[in-house]
Amino acid sequence: MEKEKEKKTITDKVWDLFASVKLAIIIFSLIALTSIVGTIVEQQAEPERNLKLLAKMFGESSAPTIYSVLDSLGFMNMYHSWWFVGLLLLFAANLIICSFDRLPRVLKMVNEKVRPLPPEHLEKMSIKKAVSLKGKASQFRELGVSALNDIGFKPLESSGEQGTQFYAEKGNFTRLGVYITHLSILIILAGAIIGIFFGFNAFLNLPEGETSSVAFQDRGVEVPLGFALRCDNFEVDYYPNSDMPKAYRSWLTVIKNGREVMKKSIVVNDPLVYEGITFYQASYGPVPNAMGNGIFILKLISKNGNSEQVQAKLGDSFAIPGTSVRGKIVDFSPALSIDPSGRAFTYADQLVNPAVAIEFSDSGEKKFSGWLLKRYPKTWDLPDGNRVEFMDYWGVEYTGMQVRKDPGVWIVYLGCFIMAAGLYITFFMSHKRVWVNISEDKNEVKVLIGASANRNRAAFEHKIEKLAGLLSAGPKGGK
Amino acid sequence: MDSSTFFGLSTVAYILAMVTYIIYLAFKKESLGIVATALTVAGFVSQTLAFGLRWKEFYDIGQMGILRAVPLTNLYESLIFFVWCLILAYLIIEFKYKNRSFGAFVTPVAGLALAFIDISGMSTNIQPLVPALQSNWLLAHVMMSFIAYAMFAISFSTGLMYLIVRTENRNEPAYIFWTVMLSIFIITLSAMGLDYFTFRVAIQSQEELIKSYLFKASFMSSSSSVAVLSWGIAAAFTFFIWRFGGTLKKIIAGFNISHEMLDEITYKSIAIGFPIFTLGGLIFGAIWADQAWGKYWTWDPKETWSLITWFFYAFYLHSRLMRGWKGKKVAIVAVLGFMAVIFTYLGVNLLLSGLHSYGAQ
Repeated sequence: MEKEKEKKTITDKVWDLFASVKLAIIIFSLIALTSIVGTIVEQQAEPERNLKLLAKMFGESSAPTIYSVLDSLGFMNMYHSWWFVGLLLLFAANLIICSFDRLPRVLKMVNEKVRPLPPEHLEKMSIKKAVSLKGKASQFRELGVSALNDIGFKPLESSGEQGTQFYAEKGNFTRLGVYITHLSILIILAGAIIGIFFGFNAFLNLPEGETSSVAFQDRGVEVPLGFALRCDNFEVDYYPNSDMPKAYRSWLTVIKNGREVMKKSIVVNDPLVYEGITFYQASYGPVPNAMGNGIFILKLISKNGNSEQVQAKLGDSFAIPGTSVRGKIVDFSPALSIDPSGRAFTYADQLVNPAVAIEFSDSGEKKFSGWLLKRYPKTWDLPDGNRVEFMDYWGVEYTGMQVRKDPGVWIVYLGCFIMAAGLYITFFMSHKRVWVNISEDKNEVKVLIGASANRNRAAFEHKIEKLAGLLSAGPKGGK
Repeated sequence: MDSSTFFGLSTVAYILAMVTYIIYLAFKKESLGIVATALTVAGFVSQTLAFGLRWKEFYDIGQMGILRAVPLTNLYESLIFFVWCLILAYLIIEFKYKNRSFGAFVTPVAGLALAFIDISGMSTNIQPLVPALQSNWLLAHVMMSFIAYAMFAISFSTGLMYLIVRTENRNEPAYIFWTVMLSIFIITLSAMGLDYFTFRVAIQSQEELIKSYLFKASFMSSSSSVAVLSWGIAAAFTFFIWRFGGTLKKIIAGFNISHEMLDEITYKSIAIGFPIFTLGGLIFGAIWADQAWGKYWTWDPKETWSLITWFFYAFYLHSRLMRGWKGKKVAIVAVLGFMAVIFTYLGVNLLLSGLHSYGAQ
């Protein structure tokens, strides 16, 4: 033994180390422990946030020191740090070598064909049944085959001194389920690596009406798209009587070489894909310093049915078609509310409840003025029977999009599919073997059943009971 | 009648069932056992009705299609579904193994989970769906995750019982492990109950709950004497469980629960829960994240903790199947695995921030 150990080369030693379950446990634990730190320390956040957190945990005085130590170790962006990626690669190496180390033995079991066994052997099996019946053994030959067919086996037959034996097996490949699952983890990791090297993650905040041919990564790094994207419109739908968004949607146009090549509206859970680059609806917000400069889109309907759509800015005037009534846009609020004394005020910077104040006059004479709210069509009817529909306030909001290119994602999906299959095979299927030995003893026929399954034995035992039932019903009953 | 009436009925039924199962354990009267089972079944039926009604109420409010109206969108609804899965799994086990005594260990988990809903004062209103949740993946991802959590909860109960039955010596690490685990479990729940009865306020947000109320009636009390007393009582209670843990063993042993059966149920529930968790929790979650956020994996706290949980159970399966670890060692892994589940489910939502934060509302 001692001498054998000395003979081992370095390659063998490294192989043994990686094939050991101990190393797997150490890597598992290291990944888990460091991940826990990563979920507590906010990742890729402003330093102040984590300083505050650390101050709460360890006190004001030691927080900066702990922060700089953690920062230099890469914990502030730890899932992308060299050592964490290194741990994941070690895990992959461990998985590959562990699997290869055990694979030959398992392949041997998979390829080993079931063989007839002596009856003494069957009596020692984990599942066994013995039935004694009247008649001749030859009567049971056909029944043996059909009963085994009934429980889903295709038996082989061999005859010897100790009678006739039917034997069969099923699902020997299921022993590979574990390796299929392991392989799937490696495929997923491979897909992730391809994504890191050949793809990118970026974002793009695009105001209504503007066009961009680049997206942005952290610290303002520009990523060229290879085409341009324009935001034609952006719209938020709210749940009734609440400021909770029900859906938000951007209407986008893809422009390549000066031509419009694609138009699509996107919402959360339904992105736009063009040339392998995907645009996901992620957020939205007001364009800084633009709130007063947008364009009102109003639909004017006179009481005798004439209608017209107009675009106007703050301070502009318009005429209701076919009448002498004119309106002048005098004020705007992105989020209008009324206080108890009846005064209007703005309660948010976001475009949650847009309202426009319009002064109406007839032939130069002031008639009435009031607020028209986009979300409340009731406010659109004027006292004189005309109607001004507040369609949109355009050009003041941006749509926030996550932009991604990931050629590895299909490999990840393939890996997931293989993993599901592998787990199903591993946990819900098994390698089952069954032997039925039929021998004659004086006037009796002795049927001995032995069976084994590497998993889910209880379910297989039920099948064997059914088999025993079929056989003990005798040749006539079996037909 | 609306869904909350039936939810209330099922809570009462489970708590009564818990009491009856415990009395049944003490007096071993068959008729009591039948009553306990009947109560559990009644609670289950009532909860099933409630779940269906809430689904319909949600559908009427949301108008998004029946598949997207599954009432599994916040902490309250998910806890209720978790309890439902747990009770269903328990009833199957009771039927299959013809043994009622597990009821005394499972119904408390169900009753306490429902009581936790009251204690934490979480919102029971139907909330409209935020855009990120408007996807058909919601049904598959959340439902399968919770079925898996329920299976893991079963393995926790049987794993803990296994340790109780199999440990002899008070100085044995496995004995100390289970006494401490059981004590922490009971003490945490009692402290939360105390918070509830002390403050009795309707809490607006989970953040407020954690910052202002959690353990403020005991361990974190502003009065230092109350805090010291609480820690003292907690230590004394742990010592008590440690000193008299043997009694619990005798009670369980008196009920024909063999340790082989406990080990088998622990393994089987993990063998069912693990693939469901992998497929529904991790894989479907990744596919959905890919469609909604543009990244199939972001190392968001929920994802990371799911992975840690997955590691625990992968470790359990490997150590049992590959290394042939049997008994106490793997039972400890099963118990610890469920601690990771609790943190993935509740801890992440209550304590950490991230993309999955809508679960905390």
